[in-house]
Amino acid sequence: MTAASLTARASWRSPSALPGFGLTLGFALFYLSALVLIPLTALALRPWSLGIAGFVAAVTAPRVLAALELSFGAAAIAAMLNIVFGPIVAWALVRYRFPLKRLVDALVDLPFALPTAVAGIALATLYAQTGWIGAPLAALGLKVAFTPLGVVVALTFIGLPFVVRTLEPVLAGLGREAEEASATLGATRFQTLRRVVLPALAPALVTGGSLAFARAVGEYGSVIFIAGNLPMKSEIAPLLVIIKLEQYDYGGAAAIGLVMLAVSFSILLALNGLQYFVFAKR
Amino acid sequence: MTPLQPRGATEDHPLVRIAAVTIAAIFIALFLVLPLVVVFSQALAGGWSAALAAIRDYDALQAIRLTLIVAAIAVPLNAIFGISAAWAITKFDFPGKSLLTTLIDLPFSVSPVISGLVYMLIFGMQGWLGPWLRDHDIRIVFALPGIVMATIFVTFPFVARELIPLMSDQGREEEEAAVSLGASGWSTFRRVTLPNIKWGLLYGVLLCNARAMGEFGAVSVVSGHIRGLTNTMPLQVEVLYNDYQYVGAFAVASLLALLALVTLILKTFLEWRYADEIAAVHRH
Repeated sequence: MTAASLTARASWRSPSALPGFGLTLGFALFYLSALVLIPLTALALRPWSLGIAGFVAAVTAPRVLAALELSFGAAAIAAMLNIVFGPIVAWALVRYRFPLKRLVDALVDLPFALPTAVAGIALATLYAQTGWIGAPLAALGLKVAFTPLGVVVALTFIGLPFVVRTLEPVLAGLGREAEEASATLGATRFQTLRRVVLPALAPALVTGGSLAFARAVGEYGSVIFIAGNLPMKSEIAPLLVIIKLEQYDYGGAAAIGLVMLAVSFSILLALNGLQYFVFAKR
Repeated sequence: MTPLQPRGATEDHPLVRIAAVTIAAIFIALFLVLPLVVVFSQALAGGWSAALAAIRDYDALQAIRLTLIVAAIAVPLNAIFGISAAWAITKFDFPGKSLLTTLIDLPFSVSPVISGLVYMLIFGMQGWLGPWLRDHDIRIVFALPGIVMATIFVTFPFVARELIPLMSDQGREEEEAAVSLGASGWSTFRRVTLPNIKWGLLYGVLLCNARAMGEFGAVSVVSGHIRGLTNTMPLQVEVLYNDYQYVGAFAVASLLALLALVTLILKTFLEWRYADEIAAVHRH
């Protein structure tokens, strides 16, 4: 190696005694580009083959709008459900002792580990009108499977671990001093929970909720079996992408995909901004 | 707790405690325990022999075989990538490092269906390379290469995101000492770095493998659903379920559920036994 090439290398990275920089970074960049970046570029470019008017027409067709509305709406409702119930589960797991606690704690990760198709057929069977949960609900006049409600059930299942797992370390690290101080100053237990514990949990709740939401928007496997997939009613956006592909409408499929990605990234960015400006200033 | 003892300032009222545990238990039972129970009970609805026969079915065995092949290619490749990326990112300082770390996590925020779609846009019949591939009789989508690529995409960050924080915490001193004593790069990695990261690596590989074998959406887009040929286990579950062959569908599904349970057990064990050597637990 010549002295010139040595200084050229030293100028763009700090010197290190360790070998392997070129090889490992080169392979990592090649692998990342070939398998992730170039394919995602294809997604960003393809919809424009329809022309701008064609792109707008493709993503504003009533069936597409209905599917996007269902995917984002059901994902938001499911995230809210997890934001309500997730803290109760996390609180019970961190603060209380009860039988089988270790087992329950490990089970929280089930939606991460269970293949989505398996979760999908299990939920569809449970919540169908003849199912263990669906039958009693049907007796009450509530139909879950094959309606938008079924979509919410599947997305709640998928999102639960995101909220619980984000909250648990924060709750565990909270310490009891602040709560003790609050109690000493005469606050009731409820006031302490609302004014001391909840604000400390808020950033983690927003993070966990947005992770659950982002995952739910794109979720496919656990939803399609329970959703019923009726166009305009219970058809989710990812399913519509697949339908367009099967009709060889690659441009239309890519257009829906691009809008899904763009909207989820915008929402995640907005929530990150909220984190930064609201919670950081406290 | 005896009723005579006064309650601590940070202890909840027993009723609150019971209510919270009950709500948590009901929520977990409805959403986590019952789905798991229903998989096994439906698989065994026709007895053990029916379930075993469904698994020994030709198409089911082919699906199991394909799933194992796909995982055997995708998981080691992602592990090698994870190690390379973690080595470059944690042992050296260069501009664009944090951008690279962010880009590695990108596939986790992409819908599985879109993860499959991007490969269709390149290799599919109407994709960039589609006509050329057809003229040269090369099959990428609706064949093994496409399924492997879609699986790699959805499991891309698992090993890297475990190793990067772990190796970053461990610093560079031990490797620098080995190199200054004359060890080659490879033997430094094998004898110094690898023993330090082995449990973290195993943890990442475990999660990567579970997702690789269970991936449905991305693989569904690129597989073409050719029975006995391009159906992985999750796709076989879908095909059987849509054919109303519930025992068969749930029998194959129960194998996948067993995989998930084994993964959870190993994961919990690793988190408990090697907590200090796994970044995911370490992280705050």
